[in-house]
Order: sequence, then C-alpha cells, then structure tokens
Amino acid sequence: MKQAIFETRYAEDWNRFETWLQRREKSSRRKKGKDAEAETANDTEIPQLYRRVCQHLALARDRHYSPDLVDRLNRLALRGHHVLYGVQPRSLGVIDFLTRGFPRLIRAERKVVIAACLLFFGPLAGIVAVLQWHPEFIYYLADPAQLREYQSMYDPEAQKEEIRGADSNVQMFGLYIWNNIRIGFQTFATGLFFGVGSLLVLLFNAVMIGAVAGYLHSIGYGSTFWPFVSGHSAFELTAIAISAAAGFKLGGALIAPGALTRKMALVMASQTAVRLMYGAALMLLGAAFIEAFWSPHHGIPSWIKYSVGIGFWVLLALYFFFAGRKEASEHGT
Amino acid sequence: MPLLDTSRRIGTPEGIELALPVAGPAARALAWLIDLALRMAILIAVMILASFLGRAGGGVALITAFFLEWLFPAWCEVNMNGATPGKKALGLVVLHDDGTPVRWPAAMTRNLLRTVDFLPFLYGFGLLAMLINRDFKRLGDLAAHTIVVYREAKPRAVAVPMAPPLAPPALLALDEQRAVLDFAERSASLTTERAEELAEIASPLLSAGARHESAAQKLIRMANHLIGRK
Repeated sequence: MKQAIFETRYAEDWNRFETWLQRREKSSRRKKGKDAEAETANDTEIPQLYRRVCQHLALARDRHYSPDLVDRLNRLALRGHHVLYGVQPRSLGVIDFLTRGFPRLIRAERKVVIAACLLFFGPLAGIVAVLQWHPEFIYYLADPAQLREYQSMYDPEAQKEEIRGADSNVQMFGLYIWNNIRIGFQTFATGLFFGVGSLLVLLFNAVMIGAVAGYLHSIGYGSTFWPFVSGHSAFELTAIAISAAAGFKLGGALIAPGALTRKMALVMASQTAVRLMYGAALMLLGAAFIEAFWSPHHGIPSWIKYSVGIGFWVLLALYFFFAGRKEASEHGT
Repeated sequence: MPLLDTSRRIGTPEGIELALPVAGPAARALAWLIDLALRMAILIAVMILASFLGRAGGGVALITAFFLEWLFPAWCEVNMNGATPGKKALGLVVLHDDGTPVRWPAAMTRNLLRTVDFLPFLYGFGLLAMLINRDFKRLGDLAAHTIVVYREAKPRAVAVPMAPPLAPPALLALDEQRAVLDFAERSASLTTERAEELAEIASPLLSAGARHESAAQKLIRMANHLIGRK
C-alpha cells in the first residue's frame, strides 16, 4: 500500500485519537476529579482505537513509510500509552499512612530499624556514660569554643531571665525544619554508598549528641538541658535512626542483592526505603514543632516536661507495636 | 536500528516498541539551572516579604527554602506532567522506566537521592553515573527506576530546505531515510564542499537525477520526496 493511501485511509482514526488525547490531557491537568464531564461515549472505543494506532505504527515501520509519519504515530501511541497505562493507583492518604501504613512498615522492616536504633542509641548512651566518669574525654570530641556556646545556651542562671517570644519560636521552627529534616534526608541518601554513608552520619550524630548531653550533665547543667530535650527527643532521635535504616536498605540491596541484579535490587529496596522516609520526615516535622513551641517554655515545671517526654516515648513504642494491626490481620496480610 | 541514537525502546502490551529519545547531561544541567534560578527568585521574593515579619519571617523563609529544595521538584514532576518548569522549558519530561508518568514514590526517591548525585561537588557522581549507563540516568534515576526523555521529537518537515522532490532509486529503510533527512536538515549549516563530501558517501543513491546536479542537491531533493512535498 502506498503511504498516501495509508494516510488518507486511517487519518480519521489518528485525528480522532489525537483530539481525544488532547481533551483528556487538558482535563487531567485542570482537575483530576472533573473527568466525568469530559468523558463521552467515545471513551469506550479508545482502547480499540489505541490498539489500531499501535498496529498502524508497526505497519508504518515495517513498510518504511516516511520518518515523519512513523514519528507521529510513535507520539500518538506513546501518549495513548501514558493515558491508558499511567493511571494513578489510589494510594494511601497521609492519615491512612500514619494510622496503618507506617507502623506496619516499621514492623515489616524491624530488623534493619532495630539495627539502626542499636547503632544510634548505643554509642549515644555510651558517650554520655563515659563523660560522667571521665569528663576530660569531651576534649577529644568537641573543641572548647563549641562547648562554651552550648554552655551559655543551657546556663541555668542565664535562662531564668531570658524569655523567648512567639516570633523567635517561629524562627526556630523554620530552622529545625530546614536543618533536622535535611539531616534525616542526608542520612538516608548517603546509604547509596553501600550503606557506609548512613552509618557514618548516624554514628557522627550519635557521638555529637551524646557528647553535648554528657558534657552538660557532667558540669551540672542537666537541670536545664534534660527538660528542654525530653519533649522532642522521642520523635527526633527515632526518626534519625529510621532514616539511617532506610539508607541501610539501599546499601543492603547493593551489597547483597540476592537473586536480583544490583540495579533491580536497588529499585525494589528504594520503594520501601522512600516510604520509611515519608514517615521519618513526618516525625521530624512533629519533633520540630515540639522543639520550637513546647520545649523552650521555661515556666513549666521540669517534672511535667519529663512526664510529657516519657509519655511520647511510650506512645511511640505503642504506636510502632500495635497501630494498624487489626486491619492487617483481617486482610490476612 | 541506528547505532548512534540515544533512544530507549520500551515494549508495550500491544506488542509494539515505542521509542523515547533520552535526554543527555547538557540539557538536564540547563533545566536544573533554570529551576535553580526560579527557586532563588521565589526564595528572594519570600524573604523580602518575610522581612516585614521580623524574626518569625526568618522562620518562614527557612521553611520556604526547605520546601523549594526538597519538595518543589518532586511536586512539579508529579503534578505538572512530569516536568519542573526548567524541564518544561527544555521539553524534557520524567517518566518511569516503563514509559508511564512518574508518581510520588519515584519522584521523591530521585529527588531525595539528588544529595548523593550532587557530591562531591556540582553533580560529580550524577554526571559519572550518567556517562556510564545507556540511558543517561543519574544515581537517583537508577534507584527510582525513572528516565528523563524529550517530550516530543521536533517535526522535521520545516527544517528541510525546499527543492523539487526526487524519488530515490531504491526503497530506503527507516534509518536510511532518517539519515537523508538529517543531512538535508543540516545542509544549511555545512560548507558546500563539506556537504558535497558527505553526500558522496551515499553513492548508491546518486544514480538518480540529472548528471550535472551536485550530490548534496540530489540528497536534498530526495529528502523533499521523503517528507512528501509535491
């Protein structure tokens, strides 16, 4: 068949398909829920029309028709492919993810999460303990200028006078979001270096946090430091450990891909890892909120702050152990 | 299939192969620069407005910076047909490896892993990764199973210089046709001698047409035939 005859015979199909694609793409750009008005009876014949375009593309290639025609059909088929196969599956909303998806994910990935927690909280507690016996050890970990800064931040005498206004709370909220969530993301991303990056960032943070806490406690500033950090500690510290766990997933896939190629193992692992990161980022957001608006209140007695802090730890543990279990067993998953 | 073409082929359930022209580092770097400029502009605008809010404004600016850096590219890719404004300006689009539009998990993965691609400085590892795999994927693309392609091949017909069409002496395969068209498109930017030299490579085709005509002219006329000019 001559190309000209081929074109005149099927041009109508292609034009109809193209108009439908245009309308469809325009309506999906405006609003996903508004599809109903754009959909006409025409929609039912689209799969058939699409298959015909695909067949025409194959024919045009096989018969060496002109590149322009082949390109046009390729474009049409590609756009059709997008619309027909690119349908967004209904994903869990944020609420569903928080009430069910995330705790289930943590339980499913408990090995790597527990490993990350041990690697984080172990060194952290170790450093705090060591500094109580050998306070001079701090000078291996931090330089004196840094220590002076922390010392002035948590000086019990100075703090009685300082009262932070609401505006500087907002400022600190921004700072914690910018800084802490970024640290979480970096802890995760560097896992791509066979997990070593995540491990180093995790250990570095454990040592630094342990050093500051241990030092302030050893010089007797514990009475201002511990009430300040107790509120947000549960979410912030655990989220950093979870970020590292997500990074270990990436590294683990590269080190031990099992029966898959390294590339496919990485793709599979990052699908889990990115969901861990959704959760970690939300936890860090919560921690930033608490740290900015609750932790700095000096007026609240320490025992309340400690109880709230311990309460958050207990809640978090209960959440990871029990949330989302019921439906999971109903669906047999 | 053309050996030197950077197009990726994906199979569809209909048993045909679709060709996606993969985008290289230069176009993507340019797109990134445009995005960077846009993000900077937004951030500066927010900072100017926020400066009226005093200390709280500093917080607002930092939150904006966070969103622009980490979520803005992913949000654009999911909600604006696979392209950030920079990518859109260069006609690029992010797709899953199977050619379907990119969704949140993949968009977030590739944008979180941008951190690693950026190391040791200015996308060093990203560029390295792009150069050693077939599809110009940076590390984030490898993990997220995504690919950056050109939205649409540009229509050729316009760029071919006008000349009376001439039928080639034999039926040409698709990539041969493409070679003739590419030559005709570029002929304007070549010196006459170089164009002639290149055109003579296609000696089996040159038996057609009048003898006094130059080889380049013949190929341009054939290109006119191939795009269907009358």
